[in-house]
Amino acid sequence: MITTDILIIGAGPTGLFTVFEAGLLKLRCHLIDALPQAGGQCSEIYPKKPIYDIPAYPEILAGDLTDKLLEQIKQFEPGFTLGERAETIDKQEDGSFIVTTNKGTKHKAPIVAIAGGLGSFEPRKPPIPNIANFEDNGVEYMIREPELYRNKNVVIAGGGDSALDWSIFLTDVAKSVTLVHRRNEFRGALDSVDKVQELKDSGKLTLVTPAEIKGITGENHVTGVVISKKDEDDSILETDHFIPLFGLSPKLGPIANWGLEIEKNAIKVNNALDYQTNIPGIYAIGDVNTYPGKLKLILCGFHEATLMCQSAFKRIFPDKKYVMKYTTVGGVDGFDGTRKEAPKAVVKKIE
Amino acid sequence: MEQDVTLKITDREGKLHKILAPTDMAMNLMEVVRSYEIAPEGTIGICGGMAMCASCQCYVKSNHQLPEMSDDEDMMLAEAFHVEENSRLGCQIQITPEMDGLEVELAPES
Repeated sequence: MITTDILIIGAGPTGLFTVFEAGLLKLRCHLIDALPQAGGQCSEIYPKKPIYDIPAYPEILAGDLTDKLLEQIKQFEPGFTLGERAETIDKQEDGSFIVTTNKGTKHKAPIVAIAGGLGSFEPRKPPIPNIANFEDNGVEYMIREPELYRNKNVVIAGGGDSALDWSIFLTDVAKSVTLVHRRNEFRGALDSVDKVQELKDSGKLTLVTPAEIKGITGENHVTGVVISKKDEDDSILETDHFIPLFGLSPKLGPIANWGLEIEKNAIKVNNALDYQTNIPGIYAIGDVNTYPGKLKLILCGFHEATLMCQSAFKRIFPDKKYVMKYTTVGGVDGFDGTRKEAPKAVVKKIE
Repeated sequence: MEQDVTLKITDREGKLHKILAPTDMAMNLMEVVRSYEIAPEGTIGICGGMAMCASCQCYVKSNHQLPEMSDDEDMMLAEAFHVEENSRLGCQIQITPEMDGLEVELAPES
């Protein structure tokens, strides 16, 4: 069981900055994210794109913003459970919560802050009618265990980096690899495109373009896929595995069933006070929440995180006297023993 | 207002919306759909309008001269689902006076 003061669901910019504001109040944080890395949309969708409305940064790349936030919170030693999705929440008799992920990891905290953005990123599933029947029986939307494909015939669909990279990787493992894409062009990194070309030329990989997979054949396990090419009859390609790699899209997911008030795919919060939800002790901050006048901006998420931490402190220590201190005045004391503070004034006499 | 144009948008349930959209607010079709809440929040414009998701995909039903497709839009549509010959990403269609009378249908959520 992982225990902490504030359990943050979502490691995007809002979740990361929460660690800083909580740290100033000597509260520890742990973050859960379905993605394998921190940064949320900033690192998953648009790491190389600029943002122009982060105060004091005339321009910053989304990926750099993530790096800066990680640097800013380092001394508060946040814990991370990455690549796992928060699945269930159970309120305990002492008022705290236990959040369990899809992989069974348990986290206990008196405060839960949902900073989930638009939800957890899930693989986009192609609209093939019977595809659900074959999930984990030959259809995999992400590659978890490459050994599964050893000496098997594999068909990969998609045209982005993950489709290209896994096609390249699996040529060393699988009996055969076929890459199917709707276009002749690929939008992956140039190196990967060149490498696939090379593997195709040397006969180690079969490229089927422009084509689309329209169906799956098999009884209990995939035995083939139906390939549809323009101006040609559909054909069946025998295979043991079909791996559609069409990127990820965010879904609110299990959080929608936690008994929270939901409106317009977002969690309703009290914006007059502290961004708390209808369940005391559970807060929602950043893009995941809604209130009158809500704007889904990173800078609004930072503000919400700050107020939320003050409220969390009062919930954890209802009787402790406290006033907010400027970091310039109080400095920043990390849990790792480091201290940042403003340099003392130099006093020198003039003779 | 005189700088407004009329758009006919069929939502994902098949209902037709005849709406007015301003040409002087630098809005694109995806943003107009959101401003009228023709598709639920969180199901359209997920990437914010960077042509990096396909949540604003629509089918263009009228014969309007539309801005040419950028490579970004073209490649995104190559990986989207339910793509037809007349598919476009709403976020890449700016609302200009030339768009008056434009008819589109929103593609299914995916």
